[in-house]
Amino acid sequence: MKTKFSLLLIVVMALSSVGGIGVAQDGDTVNILFWQAASHLNPYLGNGTKEFEAAALVLEPLARYDPDGIMVPWLVDEIPTVANGGVSEDLTSITWTLSEGITWSDGSPLTAHDVKFSGEFCMDPDTGCTVLDQFANVSSIDAVDDSTVQINFDVAKPFPYGPFVGYLTPIIQKAQFENCMGAAALGCNEQNFAPIGTGPFVVEDFRTNDVVTYTANANYRVMGQPAFSRAVFKGGGDAESAARAVLETGEADYAWNLQISPQVLNAMEAAGQGTVIVGFSTNVERLLLNHTNPDPALGDNRSVWMADGSNGHPFLQVDAVWMAMSKAIDRDLIASQLYGAGGVGTCNILPGPPIYKSPNNEPCPQDIDAANAMLDEAGVMDSDGDGVREYMGIPLRVSYQTSTNAVRQNTQALIKQWWSEIGIETELRNIDAAVFFGGDIASPDTYSKFYTDIEMYTNGASGTDPETYMSGWRSDQITHPDNSWNGNNVVRWYNEDYDALLDQMAVTAVLEERASLAIQMNDMLVQTGAIIPLVYRGSVSAHHNSINGVAMNAWDSELWNIAEWTRS
Amino acid sequence: MGKYTIRRLLTAIPTILVISFIIFAVVDLSPSDPTGNLPLTIPPEVRQKIREALGADDPFAVKYVKWLQQFFISEPLNFLETTLGITFPGSEDRVRVISWATRGPVIDIIAERLPQTLWVVGSSYFLGVLIAVPVGVYSAYRQYSIFDQVGTFAMMVGFSVPTFFTGLMFIVIFSVNLKWFPSVYDTTLVVTDIESLQQQLRQMFMPVTVLTLYTTAQMSRYTRASTLDNLQQDYIRTARSKGLTERTVVTRHAVRNSLIPVVTLIALQIPGIFAGALITEQIFRVNGIGQYLIIAIQGGDLPTVQTVTFIFAVLVVIFNIVADVLYGILDPRVTYS
Repeated sequence: MKTKFSLLLIVVMALSSVGGIGVAQDGDTVNILFWQAASHLNPYLGNGTKEFEAAALVLEPLARYDPDGIMVPWLVDEIPTVANGGVSEDLTSITWTLSEGITWSDGSPLTAHDVKFSGEFCMDPDTGCTVLDQFANVSSIDAVDDSTVQINFDVAKPFPYGPFVGYLTPIIQKAQFENCMGAAALGCNEQNFAPIGTGPFVVEDFRTNDVVTYTANANYRVMGQPAFSRAVFKGGGDAESAARAVLETGEADYAWNLQISPQVLNAMEAAGQGTVIVGFSTNVERLLLNHTNPDPALGDNRSVWMADGSNGHPFLQVDAVWMAMSKAIDRDLIASQLYGAGGVGTCNILPGPPIYKSPNNEPCPQDIDAANAMLDEAGVMDSDGDGVREYMGIPLRVSYQTSTNAVRQNTQALIKQWWSEIGIETELRNIDAAVFFGGDIASPDTYSKFYTDIEMYTNGASGTDPETYMSGWRSDQITHPDNSWNGNNVVRWYNEDYDALLDQMAVTAVLEERASLAIQMNDMLVQTGAIIPLVYRGSVSAHHNSINGVAMNAWDSELWNIAEWTRS
Repeated sequence: MGKYTIRRLLTAIPTILVISFIIFAVVDLSPSDPTGNLPLTIPPEVRQKIREALGADDPFAVKYVKWLQQFFISEPLNFLETTLGITFPGSEDRVRVISWATRGPVIDIIAERLPQTLWVVGSSYFLGVLIAVPVGVYSAYRQYSIFDQVGTFAMMVGFSVPTFFTGLMFIVIFSVNLKWFPSVYDTTLVVTDIESLQQQLRQMFMPVTVLTLYTTAQMSRYTRASTLDNLQQDYIRTARSKGLTERTVVTRHAVRNSLIPVVTLIALQIPGIFAGALITEQIFRVNGIGQYLIIAIQGGDLPTVQTVTFIFAVLVVIFNIVADVLYGILDPRVTYS
């Protein structure tokens, strides 16, 4: 036995003597760690951020957003506007002119036909394109000549920068994907696993749901970039060990989406190997207040909105009630204890970019006494002494659901405690994310059916322009069995004044005017109790200290400027 | 014996079909959605179109029959084509089992991942048996000795401490503090020379040790119990009274008989090698079958979950038959006529 043990010891020592871990410190390779692995590299079929990010090293859009949310020309020389004639006076078309001399990694030139094809690839109804809403209202895309492409809209489009701006809609090569349109997209493995692009890297090897290996693109348009000759995009595992690999063991150079306990993350960062970086876009963790009655006794009419307003919630729309609920919450505590660097308390539903942020709702500190006083004043009292207040004889008992996730369950517990201090009893539920956010019409547990009084999740605008996002609360978007519970207005909030503001925004092209409209809409949403915003959420990532040039970007791909990264 | 084997194999066919139906029904009834993990900014109409493009909204019966046809007809034909290099008619239109997440054939992905699982889980299994049998036998032979007490304690620890705990502990000790072994398994590593072999061994060390600890614990308990049983038997006393050396008595008489149930156990657990070690693969980022199954379940990727689980089920059925047959061969008291 002794010999066996010493033998084992020798093996262990022999293995470990080969010079520590040192995998990442290979100066020529940049190691990126995503704890969700990419399933393929075709953003138009993407299942989530992982595919978009993994493809962003290869595929590029016409223009990108920089970390401040400002558009920068990428494959073009300038951003078309009405002023420079790139956008037509009636706002129904936009014309992009490609920069000269850009080639695909295979050496062939990038042309307007590739751009036209990329759009048509997504708009083919049989493709099942994930980013179809970026092409909303596009009636046609014309290649005017080899370097000019005109996108036509069937309505006036004051913000025509949906298609081909940002990492969601990059240009794919027509010659490569020509036979993969529509239903054929399903079987096009070879293409989906190794798209040819114009970006700084070329796919060398792709392993589904595991790892992507890239080599530098020899035909990249900027001399001397990228600084790395190889990139490795490893997926799988969990956020905590990904953080550890960058911040503690130094095995990886970059780790994405480190949504872990701030205490743990801070301790890891203290090891001094890497740096935690945060980028904020528009994501807000919010409470949705049901504007319909979710009582199970209603049967088929449960949580169904009625045009005559007959099926409203018994007490959540009473001003004193929802205002007190909002006042009882300590947003800063939730943000600092549960989100750390990745969150700030907020009372706006549209907290960015800066020009769209309303100045009218913050600060909004916790004030339990004021909340209690507000309820007392409104006559919402606890008349039977059970610790729960009643409104018109109905006890304030609410059910509160969200997806299963440690941070969310902790938030739920805190809020339940605060609400109990103002005489509101809360029943907590959590549902697996794939079910909660899933579209199964038969399931009673989806966020869109909203069979509880309150629910919580994060959402935000998909770009810098909030019009599409804000139109999610339009009255014709109300979630209803008639639209198979599809519809973005999940709170079932009906407000004609709000609809009017949206109509106005649809014909307003001047940025400042659009911003003022967005602020009015934001104020309307949070000041009438449609939603209670909680935390402005940023994306948290980390990079190793030997990597220079990382510019965290929440408006575009986090890896948007990977061509400029270097190792010191 | 031959007749018995054939009969068992024939009855396995309906069993496997029923299993495939049950798995499909359960997976299909679960309220997960392939578009459930998409960003919320993607509108419901778009999600609906994606589901239609994937065929996720087809009626249950249609999906099941399609899957049966893809799995039992298309896949074998495709396998024959690629291995033999011939082409059957209709090869162009044949639809294989396609994953909803990767939009590529499921079988190809399994084939890509199987080597990692076999390497990591297989070698831990091999090592486990190699350590467990001598430890178990010696513990039984020297029952209540210090070796037995220490061994029993160590095995109980290995048995009762879950792999997600030992795995994390190993990472903290060996990766974070000592910096001896990598915590991220590099699946692109190709073994070409001594250096890359060393690197491969180093990255396999932690996952393999974690799994070995668990298998050893389990196996050695069985070996010990079974050897103890046999050492009490009359024939051992007979062997001793014949004047055989103690070594011969233990190794030739006791151990050989004690290993009969152990061999059966080993055979029964072989499907587990293919199934991979779900948790361990996830912790160390080994791109094996177990990790693939977890990703597919999280992503609501029904064809993948169905196919992978079904392959496990088939392996379990087959190795059950193998274990039964082996038992008959090893133990002459058992007859199947």
